[in-house]
Amino acid sequence: MSPIDQELAEYSDLFMWTAAIIYTAAFIAFAVDMARSSATIRRLEAELAQEHAERRESVRAERQLAHAGTGVADASESADAGGRLGDAGVPGDGTAGIASAEDLVDEDMDYVGLKRPIANVAVALTVIAALSHWFAVVARGLASHRVPVANMYEFLTTGAAIVATVFLLVLLRKDVRFLGTFALGLVVVMTTAAQMGFPTPVAHVQPALQSYWIAIHVTLAVLAISLFTLTFAMNVLQLMQSRREDALDAGRRTRLARAAFMRLVPSSMALENWAYRMNAVAFVLWMLGPLITGAIWAEEAWGRYWGWDVKEVWTFVIWVVYAGYLHARATRGWSGNRAAWLSIIGYGCIIFNYAVVNVYFPGLHSYAGLPE
Amino acid sequence: MREPSAHRDNAREDAVRRATGEPPAEEAGTRPRREATLPQLGFVGMLRWAWTQLTSMRTALFLLLLLAVAAVPGSIFPQRVQDAFAVETWIEDNPTVGPVLDFFQLFDVYSSVWFSAIYLLLFISLIGCIVPRARKHWQQMRTRPPRTPRRLERLPEYGALELEADGPDAEQALQDAAGVLRRRRYRVDVRPAATDSRGRDVPASVGAERGYLKETGNLVFHIALVGVLICVALGSVFSYRGQKVLMEDEGFVNALVAYDNFYPGTYFDEEDLHPFSVQLDGFERVFDRESATHFGQALDFTADVTVRDGVEGEPQQEQLKVNDPLTIGGTRVFLVGNGYAPEVTVRDGDGEVAFSGPVVTRPDDQVYTSMMVLKVPDAQPEQLGFVGLLLPTAHDGDTGAAISVDPELGNPELQLNSYHGDLGLDEGEPQNVYVLDTDDLTALNSRELEAGGIELSPGETYDLPEDMGSISYEGTIDYIAMDIHYNPAQLYVLGFSLLALSGLVVSLFLRRRRAWVTVTTTEQGRTLVSYGLLARGEDFRLRDENIALRRQMEKIWPVRAPEAEDDEPDASLHDRPTDRPTDRPNARPTDRDD
Repeated sequence: MSPIDQELAEYSDLFMWTAAIIYTAAFIAFAVDMARSSATIRRLEAELAQEHAERRESVRAERQLAHAGTGVADASESADAGGRLGDAGVPGDGTAGIASAEDLVDEDMDYVGLKRPIANVAVALTVIAALSHWFAVVARGLASHRVPVANMYEFLTTGAAIVATVFLLVLLRKDVRFLGTFALGLVVVMTTAAQMGFPTPVAHVQPALQSYWIAIHVTLAVLAISLFTLTFAMNVLQLMQSRREDALDAGRRTRLARAAFMRLVPSSMALENWAYRMNAVAFVLWMLGPLITGAIWAEEAWGRYWGWDVKEVWTFVIWVVYAGYLHARATRGWSGNRAAWLSIIGYGCIIFNYAVVNVYFPGLHSYAGLPE
Repeated sequence: MREPSAHRDNAREDAVRRATGEPPAEEAGTRPRREATLPQLGFVGMLRWAWTQLTSMRTALFLLLLLAVAAVPGSIFPQRVQDAFAVETWIEDNPTVGPVLDFFQLFDVYSSVWFSAIYLLLFISLIGCIVPRARKHWQQMRTRPPRTPRRLERLPEYGALELEADGPDAEQALQDAAGVLRRRRYRVDVRPAATDSRGRDVPASVGAERGYLKETGNLVFHIALVGVLICVALGSVFSYRGQKVLMEDEGFVNALVAYDNFYPGTYFDEEDLHPFSVQLDGFERVFDRESATHFGQALDFTADVTVRDGVEGEPQQEQLKVNDPLTIGGTRVFLVGNGYAPEVTVRDGDGEVAFSGPVVTRPDDQVYTSMMVLKVPDAQPEQLGFVGLLLPTAHDGDTGAAISVDPELGNPELQLNSYHGDLGLDEGEPQNVYVLDTDDLTALNSRELEAGGIELSPGETYDLPEDMGSISYEGTIDYIAMDIHYNPAQLYVLGFSLLALSGLVVSLFLRRRRAWVTVTTTEQGRTLVSYGLLARGEDFRLRDENIALRRQMEKIWPVRAPEAEDDEPDASLHDRPTDRPTDRPNARPTDRDD
């Protein structure tokens, strides 16, 4: 067996800490962006008002030039303004609510061109941190000549790298910056918990873990979990947004209804649909990774493909809960918020499976590398 | 055209019905419940009611979630399938709760009556859903796409194009539209203008549908799950597994008598044992000698074995490793454990050799501190028993007692207590060979006694007190623990799982759509093409399909630019789809109608 490259291992640790620190900065930036939502909206409204005034001005100038004051253009213009005012998400919340929900967020989560400099800084920081993070992960892999997913430290750090990357990849296509605080918060918790709670020096692994299946099995699991993580956040926001929408429809001015941040979050239906699409992908990954490749590896290592080991039980439970979620979407009276709850419960099971089962339950998957 | 749904409470069916202007299956869904309150239902009626309830989507969902909940206790309480010994210990430690939990089969969750009931009901519900759905799908695949709705503009996606006067006439446009749909892989049915039963004019139209494979995938997924269940059941019936500890230079022949433990399936037949033999020629352990933090961690176990396939088979040299089992005629041999076996000779009080050979010790930690139990029932005048430790590399610890500091045989030492008396083996009751019950025995050697404990290095002999005999430690050999498994159905389980997965992928990511195109001639003599789209199941790209369809039509026809002033102001005619959807009634397939 090739010896461990200690120098590279030290670089890995260094870059891992660097990544954690930059992630923390990105998290703070996302949080500041969230806290300043109302300022962002005010600025946008000011821009819109200015645009509006300019247009009005140019129309007036045109009319004066053409000497044709038919009044048609004027009427349509004011009708337009009226529509905007009527559309405003929070009527009478102190600001002149002229930005419609559509100006702030897109139903398909496409970018709408709303300037959010602090959020952009946060995204840039996340990219830098992710680069450092991946360097650390790859260096650790090279140092130990294997895929670094063999103990709790490696699972958390590699998992966090994949969560951050999935988030950034989704950001390329879709404006999911409203998830930034949550996603980065999770990444910060994972990287720092790994380094403070489960520090494990680079080493070779025991014979039971020396299989190419570990790379496939664990990577697919982490990939599925990172998608489930994002959908969890979206489903939670969906429930909040749905309550807010109900409150607005009923004309109640609850705290949630007035929360400026929620105006930068897509509608509950958009959240639900996107969460569903990502959950569908994650469900397939979960079935292929933890369930099927897990069973193949279990047969090869332990002689049976399924033995109701604690981890196997929970993998099955999670699969069943998300299967229930997919079915709920097609059942009368179960789509919408109830389905969202199922997705949230499923994520709770995932957290339980990885945080509690790994540490406290004795089982065949007790590879956490924790001191006894 | 009314299509009965397999699930009477299928939200997507409702959405499709609503979109095409048909009455939703609401009344169908609630009728059984109303019937239940009627006094005279009759036996057959009751059965039908029960069947309807069982195969409803809601029940399936409920059973699915119940299954998840029911699986959880198996991770909380020890299970007999994994560790029967742990279960007995748990019951002994909790004498009040233990038997109650045992009565409710909480130590055999996955073979319990209630767990089985849930998954069997779930699968019956599943089959009750698959069969009518498969029948319906079969019919749909062989019949023409559904009737053209009267009002296309009520569909979730709709568009209209008015062609220039020099464009194709209605008949030609209809054929062109059918061509466009065919190129987009729709199954197409061209319908000439007609008059319906109520005497209304029905314009010429094209009905089209694509993505039948989505439903096929869905059915394949569910049928494959039934296949998985059946193969798992077959596997547990026809399989067997067993365990065998094999010493260095010892051979194993695959026959019932050779096993240490053997767990046959229900219909196991001794004839099923494939004849082969395995001999352990040598065993090598590799430990980490470089790492400062993981010094001494096991890195590799390799057993060199000689395998003969069949009674007269050629001997073949093989390596048996963790994660790398041997496959001999469908039987799989796994390396699941290893340890040290000290070779010991015991002479009794009469001076006769009462035992001679290797003794299996069980490694208890990373440094192979191994538990050793030796029962010598043949010793005269009294039976002898030894309990203690094998320390591969003994080192005097702080407490005065030696501990092992390394897993390799650096300085092997046996530390034993000895007993004499009746071992209780003669009553014929099965005993655990790794446990010596010392309650009825008299101690000869222990740290508490004056004689002290026995400490032996290889080559040394110790004379027992009271002329009870002697024990010699001659040397140490290796042993491996093998699991031998035979499960003829497990490859089929894998096959069905992968089939289920591919069905799932197809059903989740393929899109099933219906499209209708009607062609009429306006009062100005121009050809007006209207089209509508409807998704069956989840479809988030129906608007994209609308745009793509429109682009293709615009490519082949001279389309009039929408000018509201020219014609009568029918805004919906020029309802061009944009990339910024405003209202997507199809996005969520259902309303919250509960």
